[in-house]
Amino acid sequence: MENMLNIKINGMSYSVPYGTKIIDAARMAGIEIPTLCFLKEINEIGACRFCVVEVKGARSLVAACVYPIERDGTEIFTNSEKVRASRRTTLELILSTHDRKCLTCVRSGNCELQKLCLEYGVSQADKFDGDKPVYELDYSAAHMIRDNNKCILCRRCVAACDNQGISVIGANARGIDTHISSAFELPLGSTSCISCGQCIVNCPVGAIYEKDDTAKVFEAINDPEKYVVVQAAPAVRATLGECFGLPVGTDVTGKMFAALRRLGFDKVFDTNFAADLTIMEEATELLSRVKNGGVLPMITSCSPGWIKYCEHYYPTELDHLSTCKSPMQMQGAIIKSYYAEKNGIDPEKIVSVAIMPCTAKKFECGRDDESAAGYPDVDYVLTTRELGRMINTAGINFNLLPEEDCDAPLGQGTGAAVIFGATGGVMEAALRTAAEVITGEELESPEFHDVRGMEGVKEASYKLGDLDVKVAIASGTKNAKVLMDKVKDGTADYTFIEIMGCPGGCINGGGQPVQPASVRNFVDLKSLRASALYKNDENRPLRKSHLNEDVKTVYAEYLGEPNSHKAHKLLHTSYVARPLFTKE
Amino acid sequence: MLKKISKIPFTDSPEQAAKLDAVIAECTGDVSMLMHVMQVAQDIYGYLPFEIQQKIADGMNVPLEKVYGVATFYAQFALAPKGKYAISVCLGTACYVKGAQEILDELSAQLGIEAEECTADGKYSLTACRCIGACGLAPVMTINDDVYGKITAADVKGILAKYE
Repeated sequence: MENMLNIKINGMSYSVPYGTKIIDAARMAGIEIPTLCFLKEINEIGACRFCVVEVKGARSLVAACVYPIERDGTEIFTNSEKVRASRRTTLELILSTHDRKCLTCVRSGNCELQKLCLEYGVSQADKFDGDKPVYELDYSAAHMIRDNNKCILCRRCVAACDNQGISVIGANARGIDTHISSAFELPLGSTSCISCGQCIVNCPVGAIYEKDDTAKVFEAINDPEKYVVVQAAPAVRATLGECFGLPVGTDVTGKMFAALRRLGFDKVFDTNFAADLTIMEEATELLSRVKNGGVLPMITSCSPGWIKYCEHYYPTELDHLSTCKSPMQMQGAIIKSYYAEKNGIDPEKIVSVAIMPCTAKKFECGRDDESAAGYPDVDYVLTTRELGRMINTAGINFNLLPEEDCDAPLGQGTGAAVIFGATGGVMEAALRTAAEVITGEELESPEFHDVRGMEGVKEASYKLGDLDVKVAIASGTKNAKVLMDKVKDGTADYTFIEIMGCPGGCINGGGQPVQPASVRNFVDLKSLRASALYKNDENRPLRKSHLNEDVKTVYAEYLGEPNSHKAHKLLHTSYVARPLFTKE
Repeated sequence: MLKKISKIPFTDSPEQAAKLDAVIAECTGDVSMLMHVMQVAQDIYGYLPFEIQQKIADGMNVPLEKVYGVATFYAQFALAPKGKYAISVCLGTACYVKGAQEILDELSAQLGIEAEECTADGKYSLTACRCIGACGLAPVMTINDDVYGKITAADVKGILAKYE
């Protein structure tokens, strides 16, 4: 082949396509080149100089992450003394301005900088002890804390934010004063940050992290006066295992429930129940909009990051949003109303905890109009990471736990609910129910493959009975923009749109276990995690939301029918236009 | 040096706004013209306050943070207005060796502002600049177009008195 080049890496011969980046060529040769700033296709800026290698004949060391091989006979050395010394110096320079409080750092043991310091034998953390800027921590956002004293200026968070089409953070000032912050040093909470947490899962160190609510939850569990109820979102079961060293894509549903029970929660419920409930409400709302000439396309409202994005960036299009609360909030509302009444529990004593793959959920639970029973539907949101830490704190050996089921009656979930955690899942779940409700006939197969997959924007058309339905799906708010611009200028001829704030959906949410760039860059995290959910769906006896027995019971005993007055009061919410900046 | 963000309220005039609007209209759609627009804006207003950066961001379809990032990276952009009397102290090598820092400190003390700030009455602004090419006169300060060379901290009070 004429576009193949013969090269040598560390003296061994290989053949690679023209233009291959050194980092990829090395990987093919079984050599892992360490990186700090590099995020494949998102942050390819060659800034940190950690991945440097020697290329014979080149004037200086080159950055392997961005250097394309374009010459036959190129000779590359990835492990020479010159390379090792350069990488060590880079680490020592980074450490010179780094707040080296590893023992109390949330990323200790899972820090890319710490790992590299070990691998390169950095023996003196203060070798270069010069100016050290000191930054105040930013606690202003509902969901996270920024500690620039730990920041290594790799700009991965900036790239992640740009990749979401938000860009509320960036590198400001220059030289020793360079720091990541928002325009005019506004606190993050005063910007249009959507709380998606993509910056957190891409940070190599402990400079950005979620607000930790585990202490408050432990306190509630320890309080005999409190009745502590927990729910866990679909996507958590596909990732929690990663906190305990299990392979990406391991479904740990049973162990997750077992762990929650052993942590001492009074009741362990499954957000899958409310995901099915959401489908009943949302599908009914959609059909009613279609029948009564309501605002179309209707757009899903499960993802609080997406909702906040819409409120900041498309404040004139809010009537396209389904008024349905997210499954988490629905579950909370039902716990503090139906469940409390049925079991004679004072809702004031109930502490409603939700385990979520999401940091925006921490923002969502504090929103207005999310307190159906007079108390917040959800009191505390813990990310998958926080649950992992609680399990470790409690000394529970996760991998040895038995498989257990969650509690009744708010525990049953269908396969349709499980797939909420992957982009296209809510759409597929809605289609399964809408098709059968409209036609009155059972689907041959419940699977709608056109709406699956990790592409940023997907479209499909279906005929459900007499109704032609055109749907679109976007994940990641930058992709949402593509659809929303069409919605805004009136060219979106869709009936129903699903939007998830994070690329790939909840399985790649900002509250999920942090995987280092070495994994994120070369393993298809999103597909692997999503496949766990689709397998889970396949193995369930019930795969359509309208067949959920617990949901049927709640309608029969309490709500009446979907979109009833009572259902509206408990399960629906409202939205508010938000400015891009709030300046004091 | 970290730039200080002015707290002095921004004032605009229809003429100034029209000038900036025209430049933005010319350049919109071409992100590579961002710095040009920012330079023109600074020529018009003397600095780049929040309102102006936001206007540029909207007009050029660039996130405000990117505009701010550029404004804080390059020394030529100011976040505080220039005073009626714009005072500049050269901190280039020659001037620095000859004690320019003491002059800057004295000005700071006399005016009650730090470098890169403007007095609340809009009268004086203070900048620490790089070499202005008058090393033979080191240390040098300028007030608008007037140059003062071979000065000492003790001269500062007297010089300021000329600009009441």
